Amino acid sequence: MPKPENCRFTKTHEWVSLEAGTAVVGVTDHAQREITDIVFVEPPKPGRQVKAGEACCVVESVKAAFDIYAPIAGEVMAANEALAKDAAVVNRSPQDEGWLFKLKPANPGEVNKLMDWDAYQAFLQTADAHAGH
Amino acid sequence: MTSTTSLRRTPLYDIHKKYGGRIVDFHGWELPVQYEGILKEHQTVRTAVGLFDVSHMGQIWVRGPQALDFLQKTNTNDISRIGPGRAIYSHLPNEQGGVVDDLIISCFGKERYFLVVNAATLDNDFAWLQKQAKGFQVQLENKSDYYGMIAVQGPKALGLISADLPQVVGLPRFGAAELDVLGQPGIVTRTGYTGEEGCELIVPAEHAPKVWEHLMSRGAALGVKPCGLGCRDTLRLEAGYLLYGSDIDMEHSSYEAGYGWVVKLDKGDFIGKAHFAKQKAEGVKRRLIGLKLMDRGVPRPGHQVSVDGKSAGILSSATFSPTLSAGIAMGYLDRPDLKPGARVAIEMHGRQVPAEVVRMPFYLSKELKNAKA
Repeated sequence: MPKPENCRFTKTHEWVSLEAGTAVVGVTDHAQREITDIVFVEPPKPGRQVKAGEACCVVESVKAAFDIYAPIAGEVMAANEALAKDAAVVNRSPQDEGWLFKLKPANPGEVNKLMDWDAYQAFLQTADAHAGH
Repeated sequence: MTSTTSLRRTPLYDIHKKYGGRIVDFHGWELPVQYEGILKEHQTVRTAVGLFDVSHMGQIWVRGPQALDFLQKTNTNDISRIGPGRAIYSHLPNEQGGVVDDLIISCFGKERYFLVVNAATLDNDFAWLQKQAKGFQVQLENKSDYYGMIAVQGPKALGLISADLPQVVGLPRFGAAELDVLGQPGIVTRTGYTGEEGCELIVPAEHAPKVWEHLMSRGAALGVKPCGLGCRDTLRLEAGYLLYGSDIDMEHSSYEAGYGWVVKLDKGDFIGKAHFAKQKAEGVKRRLIGLKLMDRGVPRPGHQVSVDGKSAGILSSATFSPTLSAGIAMGYLDRPDLKPGARVAIEMHGRQVPAEVVRMPFYLSKELKNAKA
């Protein structure tokens, strides 16, 4: 699974990693800490076409439901089936085993518009970073 | 960022920060929603012992020769059933048969009663009670700022306090005592909002941090943890306790909430009695019903409920139950006839998710079950 340094990041705290033409999507460690105890993930159905920034997945903690947005446009290829049994994997391993879904990118170059690791780290220091989740 | 200047802090605020509490605005109070996490804290209260800061709650003394008469008029429950050293759960009715607040009343003598009310409703309650007190020989004193309050809850709660307060272990459920709490005069009741054994300690505000830290260090071997509002809500919902403002309010009566046992029509007159009597005779048109989700997902307050495809009401309280590992909810359904086992559907994020009507409480510890029997 991807090293955070090799991922791209959204302002809504999703990460995306391109692996052999497939985009793997999850939430960042910052996001899982803000969401707190995750008890349920409702992933998008394979075959669904999503636009960049479209709410397509719901992550629920004990306290609240959080929309997860597609970082880039594409077609949903798969969801992380392991989360159906144990959604808390997203808390324990947000940037590895706790990935949420995979997309076939409409345009793989679109990821380059997103923040890299250093830019995301800088973003986390700003007040805007805490407006979303 | 939102301004925090108007928010109030309890005497334990610095302690919450020290233990890593995640502070939120709760009805104008800065209180911790969690420390380590809601699931862990929930589990701590179900298996060991947790401490809750409930200092935001209101305390009102009612004193005087007609204290009991006054409380009989302003309460649905029969306050004459408790003598010194006993407490009782009750509702404050309004003229229309709605509920102004739910509360616990302790008796410490013929002319001395002590009320613990909800934080969000305190000012309204006190004004309401003062208005009703005209013509009674009774004095009301709002002492909410004077007291701090700590709930000690869990199967090991009594073990934790037994060394310092052995008298409390001897009290029955809903027993109440005025006693010295670690060097200061306090009040202890064998009550709680979690479905577990335990007690609530009410002490002078400036003394509360000392009591908290003492219990934290004495309870280390028992696994004591500070617990936040997040698990307080999951625990109370599992135990089927009402949250005032969500599950009961001015528009919903004790009968509709399934709490007819706190309405004693045979005790003499009380505010709104005619409405309550009529509702009891005619039956309710809607009822607070317990639901358990039959599929994955987390129901939330406000979600719509339907029965046989027809809209039947909305959820007033709902969450993921850590103990049952399932979504649980209560909601007012205009189908008071529904029996345990009946199927309904809850609309969640555009999905119709099946749920089953279940008897409440969803969970109660074996200690409290035995205490009830």
